[in-house]
Amino acid sequence: MNRPNLDLERLADRHRRMHRIRAFEEQAVAALEEGLVLGAIHPSIGQEACAVGAVGSLAREDLLLSTHRGHGHTLEKGASATAMMRELFGREGGNCGGKGGSMHIADFSVGMLGANGVVGANINIAAGAAHAVRLRGERRIVCCIFGDGAINRGPFLEGLNWARVFDLPVLFVCEDNAFAATTRTEAMTGGPGPAARAEALGIPSHAADGNDVGRMAEVTAELRERILGGGGPQFLWAKTWRLTGHTAVDKAAYRDAGEVAERWKDDPIARAAETLRMHGVGEETLSGHREAAVEEMRAAYEEAKAAPWPETAALYADVQDVGDPREAAFRW
Amino acid sequence: MVTTTYMEAGRRALAEEMRRDPTVWALGEDLGRGGVFGQYAGMAEEFGPLRISDAPISEAAILGSAVGAALAGTRPVVEMRFADFALCAVDELVNQAAKARYMFGGQGGVPLVVREPMGMWRSSAAQHSQSLEAWYVHIPGLTVVAPATPGDNLRLLKAAIRSDDPVVYLEHKDLWGLEEELGDDEPPGDLGSARIVCEGSDATVVSWSAMVRNAHAAAETLAEEGVSVEVIDLRTLWPWDREAVLASVRRTGRLVVAHEAVSVGGFGAEVAAVVSEALFGSLKAPVKRLGAPRVPIPYAKPLEDMLRVGPDAIAAAIRAQL
Repeated sequence: MNRPNLDLERLADRHRRMHRIRAFEEQAVAALEEGLVLGAIHPSIGQEACAVGAVGSLAREDLLLSTHRGHGHTLEKGASATAMMRELFGREGGNCGGKGGSMHIADFSVGMLGANGVVGANINIAAGAAHAVRLRGERRIVCCIFGDGAINRGPFLEGLNWARVFDLPVLFVCEDNAFAATTRTEAMTGGPGPAARAEALGIPSHAADGNDVGRMAEVTAELRERILGGGGPQFLWAKTWRLTGHTAVDKAAYRDAGEVAERWKDDPIARAAETLRMHGVGEETLSGHREAAVEEMRAAYEEAKAAPWPETAALYADVQDVGDPREAAFRW
Repeated sequence: MVTTTYMEAGRRALAEEMRRDPTVWALGEDLGRGGVFGQYAGMAEEFGPLRISDAPISEAAILGSAVGAALAGTRPVVEMRFADFALCAVDELVNQAAKARYMFGGQGGVPLVVREPMGMWRSSAAQHSQSLEAWYVHIPGLTVVAPATPGDNLRLLKAAIRSDDPVVYLEHKDLWGLEEELGDDEPPGDLGSARIVCEGSDATVVSWSAMVRNAHAAAETLAEEGVSVEVIDLRTLWPWDREAVLASVRRTGRLVVAHEAVSVGGFGAEVAAVVSEALFGSLKAPVKRLGAPRVPIPYAKPLEDMLRVGPDAIAAAIRAQL
């Protein structure tokens, strides 16, 4: 197979995977409206190219630390959509047994060491996981994804400095969706932004169009090789745009409708589809990706809806080995 | 048997665990030069800079990276220098380390030890003297240890390192030079069992960390007056040895809880409450708590001394119960 065909096939596969993320989140938002998703969810609609491009270019053995907006990252690392939907519904068989929810989802079996409910908290954890990788002499990298809001938290400085000082095998990906919760990050950030801050700490910084899934994949793969080759920590600044609100219930009225409509024209899924069309991929294939994804996530929804609540014993499980967390322990 | 200080006991525990288990390592500021008090003296020479790792003054990164390193298969021992500085890493300890095992449904654990030198020592004043054990006991997921003797520092630090969960390990700075004869082979201690410092039948004093010395001194004073006092050193505050305390108070009918920390909301309140709930009918006197008044720790020695719960205060509290 020649290279253009191979590239096209890859792009088609990434287009399919972006649709899986989109369909998962649309299904989750619908389920939230139905009362099935219990807590807040933070959709990454419009940011799917970052998940598929960056996380999709990691190896199975690589480790991943994600954020509260991490459904796409988690799916791309290889977590089961059904287990994730169960987790969002707080049901048995969720990735975390229904005890974590969307913001605290993890799947250690695929190297996904956790989303995080605290902005920027995953940066130091990722640096530490990379420290362990080096101490154990393993050949893998740690990928840490955070948003543009995280660069204004202390752990950004401490964690990046740490990774540089100890020359750790970690790839920092700043998935810059332009908003820190409901505030424009630009209005709250001094200086020229994420890449300059990373450079100031001696970490090579690379910018990529975060809505170009092929480019994101290329850059990530290259940086991964560089890290494995002993190049030390690397920083990838991926510029994208959050097409929906901070949470699923945030109507994002702080943005002009015209601006949002303009941004939808740069939807990464539509962009990939356009490129595929230009290279002769048929509508049937493109819509097939969408339909298959919707069907898969609908099935995940149905299964999660039918899943039982966790056993009550789960309440007391996995707190810690010593001590008895039950109030019954105090009956005398 | 070898004469060992409280500080040397901690060093020996870490060194023995590092020789036994290659995944154990330590990180913190100035460790390469032995640590701020000398607790790590000579260790970088034996274990190298990767396993006795210097760190920038980045408490959040020290503790946060320890969480990541623990999740990824190692057993980090974190040095926080002063318990007070650990407050720069509260998110990493409370929101991350303590919760990861539970909120991820048991997929992974966080086997780390946070060593936090605590307590009043050499007029260190408000930001270098605090006893914050009660904060940590309040957090599900954390084990809390506060050894009072060299032997317990040796055995309990080993147990803490072998624990699969995060342990807040509070060494009292005023005990660094305390000596004890220790054997060549000291196995890990039991997290959650108290030590009966001296037996007695008229009253029970529950204490931990450096305050155990004062409780013991009070018991010796009262023994001369014909009052028999049982002193219990809790050693670990979560889990804590309720059975030992309740069994003792059931016999004596009187309880004084003494600690260095601020009395309001202190762990003494928890002990007092549990004993009152369980043994109300058999108490011969109201339970008494002794702790510091609710003020920041002052620098001037006469003022600092006013915060200290001394042997006299403990003895007086017991006399008042008789």
